[in-house]
Amino acid sequence: MTLFGQTVVSGLLLGGIYALIAIGMTLIMGVMKIINLAHGALIMVSMYIAWVLFNVWGIDPYLSMFVVMPILFGIGFLIQRYMIQRVYGVETILPQSQLLLTLGIVMVLTEVIRAIFKSDYYTVRTSYSTSTFFLGDISVSIPMAIGFGIAMALVAALHIFLSRTDLGRSIRATAQDRDAARYMGVNSVRITAITYGLGAALAAAGGVLFLPMFYLWPDICPMFTIKAFIITVLGGMGSTVGALSGGLILGIAESLGATYWAMGYRDVVGLIIFILVLLFLPYGFKSLIKR
Amino acid sequence: MTKRNKLSLTVVAIVLLALPWMIQASYYKDIIIMTLMWITLASSWNLLGGYAGQVSLGHTLFFGVGAYSAGLMAHHFGVSPWWGLLLGPVMAVIIGTPIGLICFRLRGPYFTLSLLALGEIFRLVALNWESLTNGAVGILTMRTWPGVKEPYYYIMLAITALCIYTCYRLMRSKFGYYFLAIREDQDAAEGLGIPTTKYKLYALIPSALFTGLAGAFYMNYHGFIEPDIVFGLIHISVMIVLCVMMGGAGTLGGPALGAVIYYVLNELLRVPLGAASRLVFGVIVCLVIMFLPNGIVGEMSRSGRLRGLFRRRKPSYTGGE
Repeated sequence: MTLFGQTVVSGLLLGGIYALIAIGMTLIMGVMKIINLAHGALIMVSMYIAWVLFNVWGIDPYLSMFVVMPILFGIGFLIQRYMIQRVYGVETILPQSQLLLTLGIVMVLTEVIRAIFKSDYYTVRTSYSTSTFFLGDISVSIPMAIGFGIAMALVAALHIFLSRTDLGRSIRATAQDRDAARYMGVNSVRITAITYGLGAALAAAGGVLFLPMFYLWPDICPMFTIKAFIITVLGGMGSTVGALSGGLILGIAESLGATYWAMGYRDVVGLIIFILVLLFLPYGFKSLIKR
Repeated sequence: MTKRNKLSLTVVAIVLLALPWMIQASYYKDIIIMTLMWITLASSWNLLGGYAGQVSLGHTLFFGVGAYSAGLMAHHFGVSPWWGLLLGPVMAVIIGTPIGLICFRLRGPYFTLSLLALGEIFRLVALNWESLTNGAVGILTMRTWPGVKEPYYYIMLAITALCIYTCYRLMRSKFGYYFLAIREDQDAAEGLGIPTTKYKLYALIPSALFTGLAGAFYMNYHGFIEPDIVFGLIHISVMIVLCVMMGGAGTLGGPALGAVIYYVLNELLRVPLGAASRLVFGVIVCLVIMFLPNGIVGEMSRSGRLRGLFRRRKPSYTGGE
């Protein structure tokens, strides 16, 4: 029972951070109607920036969030405004040119990082990286617990931002109906770029929270992209609450798979769930609840 | 085929056949062989992705299955990995058919993502099922002709020629028109009585077949495979797609041009940029998708010059090349 509890708790904590990166992708998905395959690359870039901040100036990863998130917001804003936006609405042989452009962006970001940092593995070793505390019999890793807390705080802040502020409402309006939003005076091009920037900033927050737990190398990005779109589909596309629950479900499922199947197959669990959900529950898990 | 086309085709064929004697350095021969392999990969992807419009990010799966078919035969039974040239494509088709039947129910980006996920599943299984695949250690076989490139060159040339010829013939037949109809408007195609899932499968089968064949060749040529190389998402799946986008999806020459640009650029920049040698290709591909969204060949074939550079166009579609 302790093993089960331990598995669920660590899965839940990891799932909270997964949810954070997936919410960024869901936002982009909602407004732009594309799967942002560059999401993992943005996470990877943010982790490298945080790593540099830690190693050069000794800034704690959790504090460096305040620097990394604005930088990634800027990068994301520029990428959307001057690259992806250009392709929007251009009729081509293959209609997925926006999606394919994000693949090109992955390539460029990965190779730029590889050119600067080489393909070496890096880690951030903080004083609390390996420390734990106990809840009854269950040990909880401190970086994971802090990560979960910050992730939940950011999700709550995002929820308030989207429902209470003008800008947030404009984003939601654009996601619902781009043309109608334009008639209401929303500058949809600007809103789209802001949304992408916001998604990138959330990805950055996720990346920084992952930094104390993961090895860092340039080819880490597909893993994060895959987790983010698995969750986006699990939760039913375009919903914040869905992404949150999807993240927690994926975290727990992976952790159960790692404990009761095999460590090496933990990522396979998520991928199999993903394909099954795509085939049988195209609106995500929420279609189970509605019935 | 016009007389002029026939003449130029003969010249190209003679040059390709004589190429190993015109070049001395073994390194350049290696580049040419690998370029031919990438041409095969891109052209076969183009059948499913460019012509039938089913963008797959899981072609690494067929490549890996082909390579592992050859490798595992040699590893477990001690037979020559050349048998993989027969078994590899067959296995790729056997695995590809049910995948197609299931995943063709999904459309657009969801098809893309489901194949991406399947490719990753294959990689992770190959990495973890150590009793079968030797895991991350990989499989090492002896090369049949160590230090000699010519036989490999002719085998790969034959595979590439067969692949391009198959694409050419398919697109000249009823199948080709059905593929294009499915790409342009799946519902309309269905309405006109085209069994879309069946014809998508007809595009997938040759595509998987040639990708598997290229994989089996890779095993024989390199003599070493491991899951992260032959089932690599970025290294195989994504690069194939970007090669096709560079040259032009849905054209006969586009994928070949894209593959040549990719591989040659990659090798040229290996010394100055080291491991990041694909950086320049990545930048060019982004620019091509932004400014020439139909690829280099796709934009040229319509008007004889690169129109997309100067202004945005109204919707226009190319037929089969």
